[in-house]
Amino acid sequence: MNVIFYITAIIAIIATLLVVTRTNAVHALLYLIVSLLSISVIFFILGAPFIAALEVIVYAGAIMILFVFVVMMLNQGKESLKQEKEWFKIKNWVGPSILSLILLIELIYVFMSLDAPAGSTGIVDTHEVSASLFGPYILGVEMVAMLLMTATVGAFHIGREKKNEYHRYLKKEE
Amino acid sequence: MVTVSMNTGLLLASILFLIGLVGVLTRRNILFILMSIEIMLNATGLAFIVAGAHWLQADGQVMFLFILAMAAAEVALGLALILQMHRQHKTLDSNVLNLLKD
Repeated sequence: MNVIFYITAIIAIIATLLVVTRTNAVHALLYLIVSLLSISVIFFILGAPFIAALEVIVYAGAIMILFVFVVMMLNQGKESLKQEKEWFKIKNWVGPSILSLILLIELIYVFMSLDAPAGSTGIVDTHEVSASLFGPYILGVEMVAMLLMTATVGAFHIGREKKNEYHRYLKKEE
Repeated sequence: MVTVSMNTGLLLASILFLIGLVGVLTRRNILFILMSIEIMLNATGLAFIVAGAHWLQADGQVMFLFILAMAAAEVALGLALILQMHRQHKTLDSNVLNLLKD
């Protein structure tokens, strides 16, 4: 099982790297789905089967479909691909990458010097999770419900197609 | 049962998080920035799950559920904003959104 964990982790890292470096949005989305699926396998190995199922259904299903629909609506052509390649110059990404690499080295150092007692990952089953969701975390669940409601209404409101109404001070831009 | 140590899991989570961070910092297309934010949120959730599996507590999975709901709400709003931006500016370049400057 350990070997499966490492193979899946490597697939996740490679797929995520490819997401960040693609120029075509649809290819990046497909690699993102691969990355999410492999992370879901890791959840399963770590003993969280319910979360693994949710990751596939909600992340790789719902959220990614939302992305795909928006990419279809935006209808990006060949020009945007060319522009994307132009933006993706070495001088644009080498600085942030080096800084993040330094952060990563620091994190590796911290995690390696952390002596957590190894082993003993066990299954935390769905029953326990739901008991604590509707026990001590009930306020959080209700707040999440309100958040989702607000997001639905807000997305409907923002995404609505309306005429360009400039403020009177900005009229000259028309 | 598996014996994946907590260090390895946290290491994977931090690698994924930093890849997402590089994506946010380097891309100019706002769609890719949103995708990188998704990667970062997912890596955070992975860290919670690893910690929850290590201490055999359900709290990690509960936190992951909250992060999941938050990510769904954020993506819905973000994509609506991207649609509006594409309608008004005909581009996805995040550098054109500096109208407040002048």
